[in-house]
Amino acid sequence: MTVNLYSYYSARDAGNRRERTSDMDEVDLTSVQEAVDAPREADQPRDSLVAHFGADKPLKLDAGVELAPCQIAYKTYGSLNAARSNAVLICHALTGDQHVASVHPVTKKPGWWETMVGPGKPIDTGRYFVICPNVVGACMGTTGPSSIDPKTGKPWGLDFPVITIRDMVRAQAMLLDHLGIDSLFAVAGGSMGGMQVLQWAASYPQRVYCALPIACATRHSAQNIAFHEVGRQAIMADPEWCGGRYLLEQTNPRRGLAVARMGAHITYLSDAALHRKFGRKFQDRANPTFSFDADFEVESYLRHQGISFVERFDANSYLYLTRAMDYFDLAADYDGTLANAFKGTPTRFCVISFTSDWLFPTPESRAIVHALNAASARVSFAEITTDKGHDAFLLEEPELFAIVRGFLDGAGRSRGLDPKS
Amino acid sequence: MLSREDTNLTAANTHGGARVDLVLVAQMVERGAKVLDVGCGDGELLRLLSETRSVDGRGIELSREGVNQCVAKGLAVIQGDADTDLADYPDDAFDYVILSQTLQATRHPRAVLEHMLRIGQHAIVSFPNFGHWQVRLQLLFAGHMPRTDILPFSWYDTPNIHHCTIKDFRLLCTEIGLRMEKAVALNAWGSPLRLNAPWWFWNLFGEQAVFLLSRKS
Repeated sequence: MTVNLYSYYSARDAGNRRERTSDMDEVDLTSVQEAVDAPREADQPRDSLVAHFGADKPLKLDAGVELAPCQIAYKTYGSLNAARSNAVLICHALTGDQHVASVHPVTKKPGWWETMVGPGKPIDTGRYFVICPNVVGACMGTTGPSSIDPKTGKPWGLDFPVITIRDMVRAQAMLLDHLGIDSLFAVAGGSMGGMQVLQWAASYPQRVYCALPIACATRHSAQNIAFHEVGRQAIMADPEWCGGRYLLEQTNPRRGLAVARMGAHITYLSDAALHRKFGRKFQDRANPTFSFDADFEVESYLRHQGISFVERFDANSYLYLTRAMDYFDLAADYDGTLANAFKGTPTRFCVISFTSDWLFPTPESRAIVHALNAASARVSFAEITTDKGHDAFLLEEPELFAIVRGFLDGAGRSRGLDPKS
Repeated sequence: MLSREDTNLTAANTHGGARVDLVLVAQMVERGAKVLDVGCGDGELLRLLSETRSVDGRGIELSREGVNQCVAKGLAVIQGDADTDLADYPDDAFDYVILSQTLQATRHPRAVLEHMLRIGQHAIVSFPNFGHWQVRLQLLFAGHMPRTDILPFSWYDTPNIHHCTIKDFRLLCTEIGLRMEKAVALNAWGSPLRLNAPWWFWNLFGEQAVFLLSRKS
């Protein structure tokens, strides 16, 4: 299938008007139409639990405002043991959500970390009680810019306060209080999820027995902020973004969001992986067409990534969550000395990076390890050899699974978790 | 004055089939101590230490495979280089810092030793003795770089770039001003040499040596 974002969305808009055009032959719009007709995930997330927090329990944000009322959508897997000692919190990445190990209600695809989380998997739901909340600012049921602002009865849009990684973690702590879970056996996550893991260990050391920050950093680099800015500008340059008021205007900055996703997606891969997967192969043709059609497989793949992303993600959420990552600088909260963030920490850490990850390269993980060593923390660190780039943490990587399993088994033994609990 | 360690070798040889030199090292560590094993390989010594001495053990290992094996076993090990990464550890972070069969492979053995005794109250160092008679004979009569059971590499692919003899090591410790608390030399069959033997005898018949060091107070 060869699609161009412009013709794709022209076709889609035509479809909404129930007028079939010749463009329609090129794309299957059924799933898009379903998504449009479905209740909004932002308000009523499907296949999820929702915790509501009223005006009496506001979420205090770093921006200096209080968010109330608010809601947190989450999923749980497995069961909490009698001692309440086997809870594992999974923190999702920028475009992830709570559907970590079960079918996604919008895309109908498997959970985003089913390779890692599930019965008999390294994060074994037969053994641990896994909780995965949607972060604040996102669009899958936790309060975010596409939620309704109770003061106006309209979607928040850009009136939603800017949030930080620390706000996400504070919201997750509220959820755990709500669930009556005082201490977590483990907190695990990759990329933006890894940032939350580090923030958890810094903010609530007594509540985190062990921490697995994977493919992440304690601060977002200038290069990464730059990539995010390109994505945000792509969204804002789309006339359908309407200054962030697209839900009210009944438009959708799909082209901008798709371009943002295409650009970001390149940073999740590696040159070697792209070469292995696509090389310079043509898409369904033997020769170049001497046009700007998607002649190359890699172009077609990226367009597909952009288009399928737009089905499940909100453009303003993309702005807010990328901003949260940009602002993340853990050391800055501790007088510029990262080790102070972990001073006297009782938490056991397992830091993992990937050789071909150029978004969060190994030196970033090494900086975490140095700080943890300086704080005399108990830390393991492994770099995994792979050509799959940043996305490797989501993919089939047997070495990653062996390390996570070994680390959790070891920590479980010292926590006194019965293997069968 | 240096006391040379008396060792129950029968027990040493039989502990889960662990290498004699590792058992010797383990016996020098106080129970429950905080230990950093520099160049911990696949984690055999760390596991022995946690099983027999209940230590709080950490490791540094250069090879990625070694690290990943260790972490998968539940050991707290990081990928790192003794030559560069010891500088990142704060003073007095450990009771013991161990360098097992790794000293001769470091680029700056003296700096590594100094860091070990900055980070730890004690250092335990084991190394192959280049003054062993087999080594001397090979060079003297055969005229080629020595290859033995514990030095199996050819000259062109050996990781061992800073060989030393027991005598050399003692001189370095004196120069740095380290206190040698205990020492053991093992012969080619893995048995400790007689305690009352003179140093020149150790230097000739010890195939490897283990030293327990501390700062001069």
